[in-house]
Amino acid sequence: MTDTTRFIPDRLQSPLQKRLKSWETLLLLVAVAIFMANSFASPYFLNAWSLSDATFNFTEKAMIAFAMALLIISGEIDLSVAAIIALASTAMGAAVEAGAGTPVLILVGLGTGLLCGAFNGFLVTRMGLPSIVVTIGTMSLFRGISYIVLGDQVYKGYPSDFAFFGQGYVFWVISFELVLFAILAGIYGILLHKTNFGRAVYAIGNNPTGALFSGIRVARVKFILFLLTGLMSGIAAICLTSRLGSTRPSIAFGWELEVVTMVVLGGINILGGSGTIPGVVIAAFVMGLVTFGLGLLNVPGIVMSIVIGALLIGVIALPRLWSMWRAR
Amino acid sequence: MLMHTQTDAAAATAPILALDGITKTFPGVKALDGVSLRLFPGQVTALVGENGAGKSTVVKTLTGIYQPDGGDILLDGAATRFATPQDAAKVGITAIHQETVLFDELSVAENIFIGHAPRGKFGLIDWTTMQRRATEILRSIGAQIDPGHKLRDLGIANKHLVAIARALSIDARVVIMDEPTAALSHKEIQELYELVETLKAQGKAILFISHKFDEIFRIADRYTVFRDGQFVGDGLIDDVTESELVKMMVGRDVSQVFPQRESHIGDEVLQVVGYDHPTEFADIGFTLRRGEILGFYGLVGAGRSEFMQALFGITKPSKGVTKIDGMIRIIRSPADAIIHGVVYVPEDRGKQGAITALPIFQNVTLPSLGRTSHRGFLRLAEEFSLAREYTQRLDLRAASLDTDVGNLSGGNQQKVVIAKWLATQPKVIILDEPTKGIDIGSKAAVHEFMAELAAQGLAVIMVSSEIPEILGMSDRVIVMREGRIATELAGEDLTPETLVRHAAGI
Repeated sequence: MTDTTRFIPDRLQSPLQKRLKSWETLLLLVAVAIFMANSFASPYFLNAWSLSDATFNFTEKAMIAFAMALLIISGEIDLSVAAIIALASTAMGAAVEAGAGTPVLILVGLGTGLLCGAFNGFLVTRMGLPSIVVTIGTMSLFRGISYIVLGDQVYKGYPSDFAFFGQGYVFWVISFELVLFAILAGIYGILLHKTNFGRAVYAIGNNPTGALFSGIRVARVKFILFLLTGLMSGIAAICLTSRLGSTRPSIAFGWELEVVTMVVLGGINILGGSGTIPGVVIAAFVMGLVTFGLGLLNVPGIVMSIVIGALLIGVIALPRLWSMWRAR
Repeated sequence: MLMHTQTDAAAATAPILALDGITKTFPGVKALDGVSLRLFPGQVTALVGENGAGKSTVVKTLTGIYQPDGGDILLDGAATRFATPQDAAKVGITAIHQETVLFDELSVAENIFIGHAPRGKFGLIDWTTMQRRATEILRSIGAQIDPGHKLRDLGIANKHLVAIARALSIDARVVIMDEPTAALSHKEIQELYELVETLKAQGKAILFISHKFDEIFRIADRYTVFRDGQFVGDGLIDDVTESELVKMMVGRDVSQVFPQRESHIGDEVLQVVGYDHPTEFADIGFTLRRGEILGFYGLVGAGRSEFMQALFGITKPSKGVTKIDGMIRIIRSPADAIIHGVVYVPEDRGKQGAITALPIFQNVTLPSLGRTSHRGFLRLAEEFSLAREYTQRLDLRAASLDTDVGNLSGGNQQKVVIAKWLATQPKVIILDEPTKGIDIGSKAAVHEFMAELAAQGLAVIMVSSEIPEILGMSDRVIVMREGRIATELAGEDLTPETLVRHAAGI
C-alpha cells in the first residue's frame, strides 16, 4: 500500500541453528553421557544382545508417549492409558478363551483401545469436562472392569504365532517392537511437524480460543487425539501381552506416569503448546538406558524410580539454573 | 490553578478532591492531557465522554492504581500523591467499578471487609465485630442481605450492593461509581438513586460515570466533560442542556484524518434476517453490498460483538437466516463461515485474534492451510510467500516472518490478524473495533487499507465505538441499543449528535 514496501525476511536463524540451541540437543548430550557411564560401569553393557534387550524397557511406553505428546501439546492429557492396556489385554484374553486366533486378537486389542479413546474423547470434547478428571475416572473404570472380569485369575494360552509381536526379531538383534517403535516415531514425527493436523495441534495448545476463531475445528482435533492415544494403548497392549504371554489385571500398572514422564522429559510443555517428537524419541532412549544400566548394577526397582524422578527434575531445572547463573 | 472560574453558589464550598492539570502517557497514547476535575462534598459530579476519552484512566489515577506523569492531586486543597491503592483508600477514596472484583466463595461480610478486617487478640480476625459492622453498613444502604451468606448465592443486584457496602466500609469521603447501572434492572436502578441521595446527605463527594443521559440529568449536580484525554468543560447540570453536553463530547472536525474515498457499491452479498438470541440481541436484520463499509455503532454492551460472533458461528443464535450471494448458508462454526467467505477480526487481539506464541507466517496461514498445503502436508515455501504477500500489503514492520506475534506492537499484531483474514480471500470481512488500543500511525494504515479493500469490492462491516472512525469510514451506519437495531443512518442524517442520541436512546 506504500510505494516503499519493506522486505521482511522469512527467517533470521536457519532451522539448523535453532535446533542446535534446543532442548533436544541438550537431551542428546545427556543420553550420550549415560551411555558412556553405563559402558564404564558394567562390562556386560556393550553387547549387541544386551542393548537389544534394553530397548524393551521403553518401546511399548514410547508408542503411547508419541500420541500422548500430541495430546499434551494440545493442552489435554490422558491418564487412563495403562488402564486401557489392562482392559485391552483382558479383552484379548477373553477372546483367546473363546477360541479366537491371532488376527482376531489383534482386532480385539486395537478395537478396545479405540473404544476407550473414543469414550475419553466424548467426555472431554462433547461434555466439556476437564481431561485430567475424566481420565483419572476412566483409569479406575477401565482397570476396575479388568479386575471384575479376571479376579485373581490369569489368562494364558495365547497362540504361538501371537508371540511374535513381543518376542519376535525382524533381523538379527532388531526386534519387531523396535521396528514398530521406529515406524511409529516416523509417522508421529511427520504428523506433528509436517501436516496441517500437526499445525492445528500447536495452535490449539497455544490458544484454543484463537484456534477456534481461526476456523480450526478444535473439538474434532482433540477427539482424534484421544482416539489415537487409545489406539496406541491398544497397540502397546498387544505387544506387552505377547511379550509376557499372559494377562493379569495388574498388567502395566503405573505406566501412565512413566509415559507422562517420558513426554515431559522429551521437552513437551506440560501446559501445552510446544515440544517435538524427536525430543520424545531421545527421552525414550534416555529412560531405557538409565533403567537398563541400573538393572545391570542390580539396583532395585524402587531406587530406579527415584533415579528417573531425579533425572526428570534435574533435566528440567538445568536450563533454568543455567540462565539464573548467567544472569548473576 | 483551575482552568475554569465559576460563579455558581457551590464554589463557596471547597472541593474535597481536585485534579489539576493531570497528564498520563502510555506508550504511543496520551491518555490524559492536562485534565482537571473537582469533587465537592454532598454533590454528585457526572463525568461524561466518549469511549477512550480518559474516564477510566482518571478513576485509576484517583484510586492510586496509576501514577500521573504531571499535574497535582489536591486533597482538601493540599497536594498529595497516592503511591498505591491502599494510600487512596486510607484517605477515604473508594471506587465501585463496572465489574467489581468480589469473591464468590467468601461470605458477604468477608467480601465487605477483605483487606481491612477488624482484628482481635493475636491479630486474628474479630468475626463478631465484622459481622456486626457488616450488618450496620448493609442496613445503612437499605440492603436486605444476611452478611453470613456466601456471595455466590446472591443475585447480580445484591452483589452490587455488597460492592457498595465494601466501598463504604472504609469510611469513604469520595465515592467513585463507574457505570454502576450497567447491569441493573429498572427497579434496582431506582434503589441505587435513593442510595446516592443517602450518600449525598452524608456529605460524601460522588463521581458518577455514565453513558446514560437520563440518569445524569436525574441525579448529578455537576458535570465534567472529557474528550480524547482533554478537559473540555464543567459546570452545573442545571445550566446545561442535553444537546450542549453531546456537542461538548463529540464536537470536533474529523474529515481530514480519514482517507478520501469514492464508494463503488455493487451487488448485494450478505443478507441477514431475524437473528435472535435469548439474552444478547433480538431481531437483527440488514443487507450488505460489495464495496460498502457498513458501520455498527453503539454503547459498550449494546450486543454488537455478540451478534457478530453469532454471524461468524462462535455463539449459537436461537434463530436467524444468513444468505450469502442469495443462497441460504448454515454457519455453525468459524470453519463454516470461512468456507462461505465471511471472516471476523475480533476485538480481543491477544486472545481471539492472534496466537501470540506462534510465528507471524503460521498465524497468517492458519485459516488458509487448505490452500498452502498439498494433501494435508505443509508446504513452508507456499506459506512464506502467502504470508509475505499479505503482510507487505499491510506494511507490516517485523524483523522476520518467523518472529512470534507476541513480540510485535499492538498495531503490527492487528496487521497480522487482518492479513490472516485477507489471505482467505473473503467476501465479507467483519472488523470489531479494528483500531482499539493501537497507535495513530497504525490506525491510519488500517483505515487506508479498509478503504482500499472496499474499493476492490470487498464488503466490510466495521464495529466501532469511536464516533470519528464511524463517521470517517462508513457509507451507512446501523446503531444498536440494548441488543436491537435502534436505527440506520446515512448521508446527512449521519452526525455525531444523531449517533449519540440513538445509541443512548434520548
